Amino acid sequence: MKYVDEFRDGTLARNLAASLQAEVDPARHYSFMEFCGGHTHALARYGVVDLLPGNVRMIHGPGCPVCVLPIGRIDMGIQLALERGAMLCTYGDVMRVPASDGLSLLRAKARGGDIRMVYSPADALQLARNHPGREVVFLAIGFETTTPPSALVIRQAAREGIKNFSVLCCHVLTPSAITHILQSPEVAQYGTLALDGFVGPAHVSIVIGSAVYEPFASTYRKPVVISGFEPLDVMQSILMLVRQVNQGRAEVENQFTRAVNRAGNRAAQAVTTEVFELRDSFEWRGLGEVPFSALKIRPEFAPFDAECRFELIYQAVPDHQQCECGAILRGVKRPTECKLFGTVCTPENPMGSCMVSSEGSCAAHYTYGRFRDIPVLTT
Amino acid sequence: MCLALPALIVELLDAETAIVDLGGVRKQISIALVPEAQVDDYVIVHVGHAIGILDEAEAQATLALFAELARSEA
Repeated sequence: MKYVDEFRDGTLARNLAASLQAEVDPARHYSFMEFCGGHTHALARYGVVDLLPGNVRMIHGPGCPVCVLPIGRIDMGIQLALERGAMLCTYGDVMRVPASDGLSLLRAKARGGDIRMVYSPADALQLARNHPGREVVFLAIGFETTTPPSALVIRQAAREGIKNFSVLCCHVLTPSAITHILQSPEVAQYGTLALDGFVGPAHVSIVIGSAVYEPFASTYRKPVVISGFEPLDVMQSILMLVRQVNQGRAEVENQFTRAVNRAGNRAAQAVTTEVFELRDSFEWRGLGEVPFSALKIRPEFAPFDAECRFELIYQAVPDHQQCECGAILRGVKRPTECKLFGTVCTPENPMGSCMVSSEGSCAAHYTYGRFRDIPVLTT
Repeated sequence: MCLALPALIVELLDAETAIVDLGGVRKQISIALVPEAQVDDYVIVHVGHAIGILDEAEAQATLALFAELARSEA
């Protein structure tokens, strides 16, 4: 068992597709949102969309931390590197996100900013140990999967009394984003965005557990199936959602039982709570200001909070006028409905954040799906 | 961003660090978030940290369910 290849078997995928075809009610439509970029990527990369019945539509959700990071947050990182002389460390995905003035972290690096790509927050802390004369800042992004490692590194820096290390915290919360979508006018008021259920996060749920999704099933009557990131996992989860809809059920079901339980990872939750607390409000690209949707560093760890240390003030910056990332992140539009898609906005030269990370809906569709839009002509 | 891969723990270095094997590549990771992890466990590794342990029995059960679906279609 390698936990990978077994979950990518093509024959089993076709069998799951046949089960789906047999069980969907041809008289109705099914719209499910896959919250995570990891699922968006799996659907596109493995051609799962082509195996789904025609009346099952998958809507890409906002669960891509690079995609929802607003321009103003990247600007803060660039400011630290270019104006404050800090060594700014961050994950590779963040480097190409478009910021103000035609800049990105990569372009700011070309202008002489000391910006470094790291694999782990622990690597950033090591850089601080190696360069005691420099201010080292880790630009931390990510959902609940990525938050506990950031918490560990802040706690470690405090224990060692490291004086030149801080974190620019942009960690966001999955349940708040799901609530925001369910309460959005498109879903709650106008019903212009039909939503029959959610394919729930895989790795986020390892950390937070499956119980936190229960209110979405009970209060909003939307089924949630927590799903692994491999193609067979996703297909089985969609089948489980179809069954719930057909039977009129709205429950939280767990397809990813090999890694997710109801309570989640208690050790990870404990260190997260020790270091972080809720922010009153945080701006998401596409969703706008969302109350209690992100984390900040607790006052006890203020010396390690780059926002306090450098007295940074967040300034909102509007997106490119024609960029549809906002509507795409809310599930209201598809990538191909954006004028910039595949013309001026490509993975090599992204205009909007959804084209940056391989998990972004636009990047996934550009890389794996764009030729599907063209009818096949036989001569 | 939430990309995380299953990897096999081959050696425990101390209470918080381990060596994992990922298709022949060996790497040092932190197991501070899964203190109960042991050698021969498969863990899910994300940004240099194990965030969860994979349950082989549950994985087998999921695979068996796929196979069962396949049989009922045949």
